[in-house]
Amino acid sequence: MKRGQPAAVVAVAAICFAAALGVQMLRDARYPRGVQQTAGLLYLRSGEAIKRLSLEFEPLAADAYWIRAIQHYGGERLAQGRPRNYDLLYPLLDLTTSLDPYFSIAYRFGAIFLSEQYPGGPGRPDLAIALLEKGIQAQPTKWQYYHDIGFVHYWHMRDFRTAADWFQRAANQPGAPNWLQPLVPAMLNAGGDRASARLLWGNLLQGDQEWLRRTAARRLRQLDALDAIDQLQQIVSRFPPSPGERYSWELLIRRRVLRGIPVDPAGAPFQIDPSTGLVDVAPDSELQPMPREADHKRQ
Amino acid sequence: MRTISRVAVSVFRESVRDRVPYNLVLFAVLLISSSYLLGQLTAGQDIKIIKDLGLSATSVFGLFIAIFIGIGLVSKEVERRSIYALLAKPVSRPQFIAGKYSGLVLTLAVNVAVMTVAMYCVLGYMTWMETPEFKASWDAPGVDPALLKAILLIFVQLMLVTAVALFFSTFSTPLLSAALTLGLYIVGQFNADLRNFDQVVESRTAVWLARAVYHVVPDLSAFDVKMQVVHGLPVSNSYVALTTLYGMFYIGALLVAATFIFARRDFK
Repeated sequence: MKRGQPAAVVAVAAICFAAALGVQMLRDARYPRGVQQTAGLLYLRSGEAIKRLSLEFEPLAADAYWIRAIQHYGGERLAQGRPRNYDLLYPLLDLTTSLDPYFSIAYRFGAIFLSEQYPGGPGRPDLAIALLEKGIQAQPTKWQYYHDIGFVHYWHMRDFRTAADWFQRAANQPGAPNWLQPLVPAMLNAGGDRASARLLWGNLLQGDQEWLRRTAARRLRQLDALDAIDQLQQIVSRFPPSPGERYSWELLIRRRVLRGIPVDPAGAPFQIDPSTGLVDVAPDSELQPMPREADHKRQ
Repeated sequence: MRTISRVAVSVFRESVRDRVPYNLVLFAVLLISSSYLLGQLTAGQDIKIIKDLGLSATSVFGLFIAIFIGIGLVSKEVERRSIYALLAKPVSRPQFIAGKYSGLVLTLAVNVAVMTVAMYCVLGYMTWMETPEFKASWDAPGVDPALLKAILLIFVQLMLVTAVALFFSTFSTPLLSAALTLGLYIVGQFNADLRNFDQVVESRTAVWLARAVYHVVPDLSAFDVKMQVVHGLPVSNSYVALTTLYGMFYIGALLVAATFIFARRDFK
């Protein structure tokens, strides 16, 4: 090679690379490829088949499916302007736990988010329970799985007797915390009240997983919002509008009943129906979707 | 012994000259380090994934070294005709085989050691960075000495695969040796299924045949305790010792067989 030639070769290579980069950007701009183009596909659904194909690398394959499950759930939950579709959540978690049966967070994540009502989740507590029962098969003494099944029965299925039964089973496991046993009579006596809900979510707030603590904190704020709605509803009933007027916060502020527009624990103003006076959490509040009011009796 | 160690050192030097291990080690270190970034996507499971990735990378890169260098240990000398010069020296054929094998095992040991140190560095950094509350959610400590059990068994498995590759290398071409070694590695992963063949078929002959194959083919799945150590599940020292002993005996059998075949080969 003559003197100066190497520099020329490097320059040509750099120009070619820069041109390839430019063409790629141009193509991506003209033909955008959304995440959804590939995210909705699951080529293999048999955990046993993937286990065989993974040879000795099943834990790594499980990690890949776990990341995909997180991305799928997060992507759908944050989706705007289209219906949310959580169809792949259960198959992804099922594959994850088939490849790594000790992946406890996958079972527990499933328990919370598979049961979540649409649009926050697919609203499939039955699948959440199936996943947790699979976890019990892998680790029969893991009290957390029994507790989580009890929790799904309590919070999403409103079956307090079955919930009490699962909490009892959780309490019977070695190493179970001592706060589990009191949940059993609480479920049997007054399962549907907000005090029981606070007790359960309060315990989860002390949990070891950050996302579980965040979920528990959000649920507790929802319960606080329900309490606040009860108080506001009483005030609204006591000070109805005069004939010709409509229900509004401004009216109550003018009458000096309230000092300002009340806000929910997430900081969004409560909404009041102008014709009926019904108080509710605003649709754009971070607390939405709220638990159904009928599910949580007042204290 | 001195002759064996000289052959071993020359194999090690050659592998270093080939720069293949360097590239693989560098790649593994980069992979393990970048796993920290991957961990950010995993809802608190980063330490588990870093361990999985680190152990799997150690295994897979070691496997590539064991197969792709192992298959050329003998056949390359024959193809290049350097075997004539070697055997003209005071090196017996068993010493030649033992030296070649030890050299590649030395290369693998250095690779596995570098990967282990890199993985522990990443895990140590992660452990140091995390809060005590977050660490409480881990199944096992970040810098967990139990990982060494998995690494030891990975290393013994790689020694076994090297012995398989060397065995095939004594009588076959590199391409065929690679195919046979890779095939045996894959079959070895499913070997445990053959033990329970009686649950699938009724024929006693088939069951005995499967049982015989189970004992003949290396039981590689037994060396895989990655999942257990990552989740902090107990792996007894006696299990590790017995599996290591099994590997050593199997390697011994392969090396004796390789020496036997190589000793009978006519290079005229």
